[in-house]
Amino acid sequence: MTGTVTHHRPWPRRMVDMAGWERAAERLAAGQGTLLALWGEPDCVHMAILDEGASASPGIEVLSLACPDGRFPSVGRVHAAAIRLERTMCDLFGLDPVGLPDTRPWLDHGRWGVAAPLSAVPRPGQEESSAYPFLPVEGEDLHEVPVGPVHAGIIEPGHFRFTCDGETVVRLEERLGYVHKGTESLMRGADLDRAARLAARTSGDSTVAYGIAFARAVEAALGLEPPPRAVWLRALMAELERLANHLGDFGAICNDASFVLMLAHCAMLRERVLRTAMACFGHRLMMDRVVPGGVACDLDAQGVAALRALLAEIGKRFPPLVNLYDNTASLLDRTVTTGIVKPELARRFGAGGHVGRAPRRAFDSRRALGGYPPYDSLRFEVPVLEEGDVNARVWIRIREIEQSLALVAQILDTLPDGPVRVPLSPATGETREGMALAEAFRGDVFVWLRLDAEGRIARCHLRDPSWFQWPLLEAAIEDNIIADFPLCNKSFNCSYSGHDL
Amino acid sequence: MFLVLLVAPLLTGLVRKVKARLQRRRGPPLLQPYRDLRRLLHKEVVLAENASWLFRVAPYLVFTATWVAAALVPTFATGLLFSWTGDLIAIIALLATARFLLGLAALDIGTSFGGIGASRESLIASLAEPATIMIVFTIALIAGSTQLSHIAAFMASEDVGLRVSLAFALVALVIVAIAENARIPVDNPATHLELTMVHEAMVLEYSGRHLAMIEAAAWVKLVFHLSLIACIFFPFGLAQNGGGLVAYAMGAGLWLLKLAAGGVLLAMFETSIAKMRVFRVPGFLGGALMLGLLATLLLFISGSF
Repeated sequence: MTGTVTHHRPWPRRMVDMAGWERAAERLAAGQGTLLALWGEPDCVHMAILDEGASASPGIEVLSLACPDGRFPSVGRVHAAAIRLERTMCDLFGLDPVGLPDTRPWLDHGRWGVAAPLSAVPRPGQEESSAYPFLPVEGEDLHEVPVGPVHAGIIEPGHFRFTCDGETVVRLEERLGYVHKGTESLMRGADLDRAARLAARTSGDSTVAYGIAFARAVEAALGLEPPPRAVWLRALMAELERLANHLGDFGAICNDASFVLMLAHCAMLRERVLRTAMACFGHRLMMDRVVPGGVACDLDAQGVAALRALLAEIGKRFPPLVNLYDNTASLLDRTVTTGIVKPELARRFGAGGHVGRAPRRAFDSRRALGGYPPYDSLRFEVPVLEEGDVNARVWIRIREIEQSLALVAQILDTLPDGPVRVPLSPATGETREGMALAEAFRGDVFVWLRLDAEGRIARCHLRDPSWFQWPLLEAAIEDNIIADFPLCNKSFNCSYSGHDL
Repeated sequence: MFLVLLVAPLLTGLVRKVKARLQRRRGPPLLQPYRDLRRLLHKEVVLAENASWLFRVAPYLVFTATWVAAALVPTFATGLLFSWTGDLIAIIALLATARFLLGLAALDIGTSFGGIGASRESLIASLAEPATIMIVFTIALIAGSTQLSHIAAFMASEDVGLRVSLAFALVALVIVAIAENARIPVDNPATHLELTMVHEAMVLEYSGRHLAMIEAAAWVKLVFHLSLIACIFFPFGLAQNGGGLVAYAMGAGLWLLKLAAGGVLLAMFETSIAKMRVFRVPGFLGGALMLGLLATLLLFISGSF
């Protein structure tokens, strides 16, 4: 049962047999191609592989393996980036990745009242399961420090288990899943309006990027082109979102080194971005403004003027802050050489965004594989550095803020006129599948979905960039001191909500 | 003695206010620390199940020791009530006792943060205390006494002159004061990041009136260090023993001004610098120790330095 599936756009999906699946896993393990996503269905597993031009046909390929008995050969057995994804497939679908080295539950904390909620026949949940077994650490003078899931600041919940030798971290183990919302369950059978709202709420700080990825996947499935003005407005919102988040992060990273001054300035700039977004698009985070078929609101002349004023203000006030960062020796002393991610590791895990670019991985879905409109007709650079430390991640953010400012200016200059939304006719009478990538400020958001004959969501998988960044945080903190963890963590700024789904 | 207690929250309020203004925030009102204190005193105490008597007693002892130490400093006049006992070495011993008790209490409840805090605090203390001793030696050699009232009186007189060793001692004492009061760059009193805390990590488990005692002790300690620096290095305006009421009032006013100036300087310094890595702190404090040592050595070489 092999062959290309019809109605899967824009990249092909191929059914493979057991041997083909294992070959693909081996190829990933050998570093040919990057694992983009790995997701399940009750009787089937899928894997999206990104080929960035190492072979003759660069592009994305989706492989599917039917597994009516729920068992499939584990990819995590040979390719570590897949382990948590497979643990999740096991939790949600009751699938059994044969040979998976780590079979502990991941998102399922035994509190759902049901086991494998997305499988064909969900089982009743077991009684509160016994304590989660953390990886054992043996050695003299080692001690454990449990942190979280509830933290002292207003941040999302996640548990970190440090094993330390004095101040030095020997191992960090993360435990996530505390904000599981059941997004993929809620998606099943939802109409497009509701599904778009759900997708936009996967991770609130990347709501525009999720909106774009979801809308483009739907549009790909239906074979529909949104009007040009809508595409440009989407990019405008995406860049504003990137600006707001990067500005906030820049200040917050410095704040974690107790340099509060930067936070005070950056928070003010971020607030200006959010207020301008409110004035232009009617929502501070621009949630639900991107919808399948276009955008839900238009930009008037007043909005354009407000955005230009915003650009001028940030353009004036941001460079002095960069100078301040670059000239504060005590701050650089904290960020330089702290929390290094090795380029090889970033490549192997396919980490996107600042986590990947700080150690040399240049992938940016706005650019890669021809990019998506309107970025293919915009001028911008994807900053890449070598070092992979906290300082490099800060500089990637600084450079991306500058790029985003330039992009917003370009978009405002060339914004085409016309309608901003086309009506959808999702009931096509047949099953359609679509997928899309969109660049959030953290990295590439991946969305894959299948629409049934009535145009409802049969299955939708949303993969946050954090899936491939959280594991790197564990590696980055090793041999650093425990007091530097908040700094490292903030410089990653992975999403809990997007990861826990 | 009560004056110190009264002024301490105000000084902390001032430092917080100035820091907030420097960050372009409005900041809490100056009197907020008094309100905090009242609020904490009214709250019930939540005790860890495995807390022993030590954990409950420590806050009072810490507060008392710190308060007595602060009361021994001739703040605005020499020859105050306790001045005859105002020996620098005794003061250092009092503060060290307070720290030791707090460290014990932090270890007592057995949480990992208490342990981290206590270990970091001991690291800092093991360098800050010898540095303080060196500074005391320097000053004692110059003034010919370890008695603070004498030192202040001597420093105010004409005999002092300009001395290199005193400059060294001043810088060293400022460094020690920053470390002892858990200020940036050694520690951050305002952080919420439990992994980076030093002093705060030790007192994480305290609540209610116990926490009030510990907070008050920290505020008093800040007043103590600023007063100490003021009385040793800037003793002008100190009322002499037996001076009239006017002299006392003048001295008190000047003392408050000195404290305020110190508080503002501290806030400005804290705003302009990031926190150090924990392992840089020994280098920072080592600087203080070396300066103290150098100052003492210089005095041995020649009494005129």
